[in-house]
Amino acid sequence: MRPTHYMLALATALGCAFAAPAFAQDTIKIGELNSYKAQPAFLEPYKRGMELALEEINGKGGVLGKKIELIVRDDGANPGEAVRVAEELVTREGVVMLTGTFLSNIGLAVTNFAGQKKVFFLASEPLTDKITWADGNKYTYRLRASTYMQTAMLMPAAIAANAKRWAIVYPNYEYGQSAAATFKDMLKKAQPGAEIVTEQAPPIGKIEAGAVAQAIDDAKPDAIFNVLFGADLTKFVREGNTRGVFKNRTVVSLLSGEPEYLDPLGEETPVGWIATGYPWDKIKTPDHVAFLTAYQKKFNDYPRLGSIVGYTTIKSIAAGLAAAKSTDTEKLVEAFKGLSVTGPFGTFTYRASDHQATMGAYVGKLALEKGKGTMIDVKYVDGASVLPSDADTKKLRPSAD
Amino acid sequence: MSVLELRGLTKSFGGVHAVRDVSFEIGAGEFLAMIGPNGAGKSTCFNMINGQLAPDSGDILCDGKNIAGLAPRDIWRLGVGRTFQVAATFGSMTVIENVQTALISHARESYRLWRPAASRHRTRALELLRQVNMQDAADRPSRELAYGDVKRVELAIALANDPKLLLMDEPTAGMGASERHGLIELVKRLVVERGISVLFTEHSMDVVFAFADRIVVLARGRLIADGDAASIRDNVQVREVYFGTGKTFAGASA
Amino acid sequence: MTLNAFLFQILNGLSAASGLFLIAAGLSLIFGVTRIVNLAHGSLYMLGTYIAYTFATKIGGVTGFWGGIVATALIVGVIGALIEIVLLRRIYRAPELFQLLATFALVLVINDAALWLWGPADLLGPRAPGFRGAIEILGRRLPSYDLFLIVIGPLVLLALHLTLSRTRFGRLIRAATQDREMVGALGVNQAVLFTSVFALGAALAGLGGALQIAREPANLATDLIALGDAFVVVVVGGMGSIPGAYLAAVIIAEVKALCVGIGVVDFGFVTINFSKFTLVAEFLVMAIVLIARPYGLLGKAQGAVRSIAEPEEPIRPATPLLKALGAVVLVLLVCLPLLAQSTYFGSPYLLVLGIDVLIAIIFAASLHFIMGPGGMHSFGHAAYFGLGAYGAALLVKWLALPFGAALVAAPLLALAGALLFGWFAVRLSGVYLAMLTLAFAQIVWAAVFQWEGFTGGSNGVIGVWPPPPFDKSWVYFLLTLVLAVAAVLLLRRVLFAPFGYAMRAGRDSALRAEAIGIDVKRVHWLGFAIAGLICGVAGGLFAFAKGSISPETIHINRSIDGLVMVLLGGVQTLTGPIVGASVFAVLQDTVMRQTEYWRALMGAIILVLVLAFPQGIVGAFAALWRKAGGRT
Repeated sequence: MRPTHYMLALATALGCAFAAPAFAQDTIKIGELNSYKAQPAFLEPYKRGMELALEEINGKGGVLGKKIELIVRDDGANPGEAVRVAEELVTREGVVMLTGTFLSNIGLAVTNFAGQKKVFFLASEPLTDKITWADGNKYTYRLRASTYMQTAMLMPAAIAANAKRWAIVYPNYEYGQSAAATFKDMLKKAQPGAEIVTEQAPPIGKIEAGAVAQAIDDAKPDAIFNVLFGADLTKFVREGNTRGVFKNRTVVSLLSGEPEYLDPLGEETPVGWIATGYPWDKIKTPDHVAFLTAYQKKFNDYPRLGSIVGYTTIKSIAAGLAAAKSTDTEKLVEAFKGLSVTGPFGTFTYRASDHQATMGAYVGKLALEKGKGTMIDVKYVDGASVLPSDADTKKLRPSAD
Repeated sequence: MSVLELRGLTKSFGGVHAVRDVSFEIGAGEFLAMIGPNGAGKSTCFNMINGQLAPDSGDILCDGKNIAGLAPRDIWRLGVGRTFQVAATFGSMTVIENVQTALISHARESYRLWRPAASRHRTRALELLRQVNMQDAADRPSRELAYGDVKRVELAIALANDPKLLLMDEPTAGMGASERHGLIELVKRLVVERGISVLFTEHSMDVVFAFADRIVVLARGRLIADGDAASIRDNVQVREVYFGTGKTFAGASA
Repeated sequence: MTLNAFLFQILNGLSAASGLFLIAAGLSLIFGVTRIVNLAHGSLYMLGTYIAYTFATKIGGVTGFWGGIVATALIVGVIGALIEIVLLRRIYRAPELFQLLATFALVLVINDAALWLWGPADLLGPRAPGFRGAIEILGRRLPSYDLFLIVIGPLVLLALHLTLSRTRFGRLIRAATQDREMVGALGVNQAVLFTSVFALGAALAGLGGALQIAREPANLATDLIALGDAFVVVVVGGMGSIPGAYLAAVIIAEVKALCVGIGVVDFGFVTINFSKFTLVAEFLVMAIVLIARPYGLLGKAQGAVRSIAEPEEPIRPATPLLKALGAVVLVLLVCLPLLAQSTYFGSPYLLVLGIDVLIAIIFAASLHFIMGPGGMHSFGHAAYFGLGAYGAALLVKWLALPFGAALVAAPLLALAGALLFGWFAVRLSGVYLAMLTLAFAQIVWAAVFQWEGFTGGSNGVIGVWPPPPFDKSWVYFLLTLVLAVAAVLLLRRVLFAPFGYAMRAGRDSALRAEAIGIDVKRVHWLGFAIAGLICGVAGGLFAFAKGSISPETIHINRSIDGLVMVLLGGVQTLTGPIVGASVFAVLQDTVMRQTEYWRALMGAIILVLVLAFPQGIVGAFAALWRKAGGRT
C-alpha cells in the first residue's frame, strides 16, 4: 500500500485531511469501490478474484509496460458516500478509471458520476438494466449479465413448464420489480394464456417467510417465479419446504444457483428448482479449469460467483488498457467497443451498442449432493443470445451516444 | 372591588370531592391566606385558579371575566402572577436572564428571532432584582443560587408582568424561620408599594397570623371560615379541624 | 382470501409475534430501568443467532440445539453485564442520551467481530430436534416449530411477569421503572440493579436470537433489522411494559401477516399489492399509537428523570478568543480552494471532503438546535435532510426548475414536513418524542422507497448536477461555505434572541414557562420547523453535490449519524455540533480508507472519545477552560 499520512487538523475544528502528494506514476492506478461491509458474502470472494487476476497480469509484466495497482475502497453501501469515494479516487489518488459496485443504486450513482465527470467506469456487478440502457452513458460499461438477461435465460425453462397459473415472489426494490416486470412481459408474449395468480413483494431483508409461503400456497399456482436471494431466500425455502409449498410445482429462480446463495441452504436446498447460477464443480471448460486450479491453489477455497466477477473485471480492464494502448479515458471508451475478453466463462465481448458484456451465466437444476447444494443438467447460456439486437438497443438507450 | 372572585368552585377526582362549592373573593391590595390541614383542597383550589386544573363547576372571576378552564399562560396574561411550592428557575440561564425572559414574554416578544434577548429589558430586570435584593447576583448562573435566593428570584419573575394578583403556593416552604419572615416581609412591602393582591397558602401559622390581612380556611374541600386573624383564631370549627380539641393557635405556634 | 386462509395467517402472525416479543422485552426492561437507549440490543440478538448456531452445529443433536439455546442466553447475558460494567457505568453521569453514543460504537464493533469470528456467509442452523416437521391445521401445514414459538412467547411473558411481581428483584425493577431516584433513596445498590437488569435484558435478546436459528440464517444484517423491530414494539407497547411488548408484537405481526395474506387486490380502478405494505405497516401502527396514546398501549406516563449530569452553563456570547478562532478557521476555509490547487500538499479532493463536512455541519447544527436548547431528541432528523434532497432533485427532474430555484424551494419542502410532523411530535417529550420522530422519518423513507414512479424508488434520482459555474468544486465549495456559515450564524442568532430563550425556558421547565405566558408547545413547534428548514438546506446542497440521491439520504442511519455528531461534539455547547460533525465526517473518510475492519476501528475510536470526553469534545474543553479560570 502506498505510504500515506494524514494530519487531522483538529485545532481548526473543521479539520481537513491532507494527503501526501502523488508519487511518480510507475503504475497504472485503478480505483475500485464496493460495499464490502454490507455485502461481504459476495465481495470477499470478489476481492480474492481480483487479487488472483492482478497477480497473473502483473506476474507477466503488467500492461503497457507498467504494473496495475488497485486502490480498493468501501463505499459505505450508500450512494452519497460512493460518489465521494469516487471523487477521492479520481482527484486524490489519480486513478485512470473506476470499477466495482454491487448495489444497483450505487452502480447508477457512480454511472451518472462517470458520465458527468467524464471518467471511465466499468460496473462489475450491479444488475439493473438502467446502467446500460435507460441511464447508460458513453463512459460506463458493465460486465455482469443484467436482470433482463438473467430473466431471459430462464424463460425457455419457464415456458417449457407450460404452467397456467404462476406465482411471483420478489424483493420489493428495483431489482426485484424489474425482474418481475420482465418476466411478466416475456411470459405474456410467449404464453398469452398464462395467468399471474399472486404476487408477493416482501421488503428486502425483512420477509415474513411463513406468511409469504402460505399466501403463495393458498393461491394454488402451478409454477413459481422466484427473485428472492440471500437471507430472504433461505428463510423462504425452509418455510416453503416444511409447508410443502414447492411440492409438484415448477419453480424458476433467479441467481439461486450462485454459491453465495446456495451454500447457506445446505440440506435445505430445494431440489429441482431451475435457476441461474455458478456450478463451480461442474464446469469442465479449459478456461474454467485453469481458473479453478489457480484459485484453489492460492486461497485453498473454492471460488464463488463473486470470484468470477472480480477476476473477470480485472481481466477486462487489462484487455481494455492493452487495446487502448493508453490510459486516456476517451481511448479507453473506444477500446472497449467490441472488446473481446477471455475469462473463466470463456470468451465474450463488450457490445458497442449498449456497453453490455455478453458474458453469460449457467442455467441448471438445483440438486443435493453429499448434503450440499449444487446444480445438475447445467448449460451455459451466452449473454449475446438473450440480448436485444443492436437496433432495438438504440431505443433503450435514449441518453447515451 | 374584588380582584378575584370564586363562585361555587367544585372539583372531584374519581368520585372524591377535592373541592366542594367554595366561594370567596379577594379585594384589591389584600393579603389573603388560604389555610387548612393536609388534604383540605388548598392545592386543588390553587391549581384551578392558576389554570393547571379545570373546575368541574363554578366560576373564577378575574376583574369580572370568567377564567375557569383557561390555560395558565392566558391567566398570566390577565395579570395573575404565581410562584411555586418548590421554587426553581430556568437552570440554564443567569439570574437576570430569568427575569428578562419573563419581561420579554410580557412584552409579547417571545417569537422575536433577531435582536439578542440579553439587550432587552435589562434595566427593568435589574430594577426588579433590586426590589428583591438580588441585583448583585444578576449575572450568576441561577442554578448556583441558595434556595432562599431562588425564592427571591422567583418573586422577581412573578412580578415581571405587573400583576394585580399574585398567587403564592407555600411561599416559605423549605425555609428557615428567619429567612421565612424576611421573605414574607419583602412580599408584604412590595404588595403595599404596588397595590397588588396576594393569595397564598401557608403551613406556618406564625407567618399567617402575623402578616395576613384576612384568612380563609378549607377543610375536606369546603370553606369553613373566612375572616381576619382574630376571628379565625377564635373560630370553634377551625380549632376542631386543626386540633380536634379546644387547643389554641397561640399555644401551637409557640 | 378464504376464512381458513385468514385464520391460518393469524397463526403465522402469532409465531412471528413471539420472535418480536423476545427481542423487544429485553430492550424494554433495560430502557425502563436505566433509561439507556441501547442501540446494541440488536447486536446482542445477532450474537445470539451466531452463538446458538455454533452450539447447534459443533455439538449438534438435542444437546447442541436445545442446550445451546440455554447456554447462548446465559453467555449473551454475561456479555451484557460486561458491557454495563466496563463501559456504560463509566458514563452514567454524562448528559442525557450520551450512552447512546457508546452503544452505537458497540454496534460497529460487534458487527465486525462477528464477521471476523464467523465469516461473511449466512449460516443456517439445523431444524429443531423434535420440531422438524409440520402439523396439519385447517387443511394447511404449519411447521411444528412455529407452534412451539407460539407457545414459548406467552410462556416467557408469564415467567417475566412472575419474576417482576413476585420477587424482590422484580419489585425493584418495577419501582425503578416508575421512579429511579426513589430506588436509590431506598438504599438499593443501584449499580448492582443496573448490571443485573442489563444482563437480563441481554439474555432475553440472546434467547430471542437463539430461538430463531431454526427459521432464519445467522447473518450480519440482523443486528439493525432486529433493533428496528424491537424499537417499534417497545414504543407501541409502552416503554417498560412487558405485557405491552407482547400485545404490540402480536398487533404488528398480525398486521404484517394479513398484509401478506391479502396480497394483490383489484379494486377495479386500481390494483393494490398489500404485500408491499409490510414495510411501512409497522411504522404506521407506531405513529397512530403514539398520536392516540402517547405512552404506548400499556405504558404509563413516566416522571421526568432528573438528569444526574452536570447542569448546563448559561450561554454566553462568543469570547474574543472564540471569535478570533472562528475568524481564522473561516479565512482558512475561504483559502481552501487555493490550498487545494497547490501542488505540494493539496488535492482537489480537499474541496470534495470540505463540501461534505460543511453539509454535515448544517445537518448537525440544525439537529442540535432542537436537541440541545429545545430538549427535543429527534431520532428522525434525516427526514428533513431527505425532504430537502428529494425536494431539490424532484423539482429539477419533474418541473425542470433551475438550480437556484430548486435550492431555495427544497428547504421549503423540509419546512412543510417539519411543520406537519413537529405538530404531533411536540405533544410528546423525552424518548416518546424521539420515537415518534423516528416513526415519521421511517414513513417518509418507506414512502420514497415504495413510490417508484415518482421518487425513483430504491434507485433514487440521478443526474442532478449543478450548472456552470457551480459544477466546479471550488465554486460549489464556496457556495456551501456561504450557506453553512449563514445557517450556523442564523441558528446562533436565534438562540440568543428571545425565541431561543423561550425555547430553553420551555425545556428547563415547561410548567414555569407556561406560567410566564410562554406557549411552550407552539415555541417548540416553531423551533422544530426552523430546524427542519435549515436541515433542508443541507439536503438540497447534498443532492447537487452528489448528482444523485437515493432513499439512503432519509435512512435511520443518517439520523443516527446526526445524533452521533451532536453528542460527540457536546450537546450542551453551541460549537459542539460543528466540531462533532467535522470530526465525525473526517474520521469516517479517513477510517473507511484505512482498514478492512474499518467499522470496528470507527467504533473503537468513538468508544475512546466517549470515555475520554463524557461531555462531548467541546464540552470537555469548555469544562477545562472554566477550571483554569478562563471564564473571567
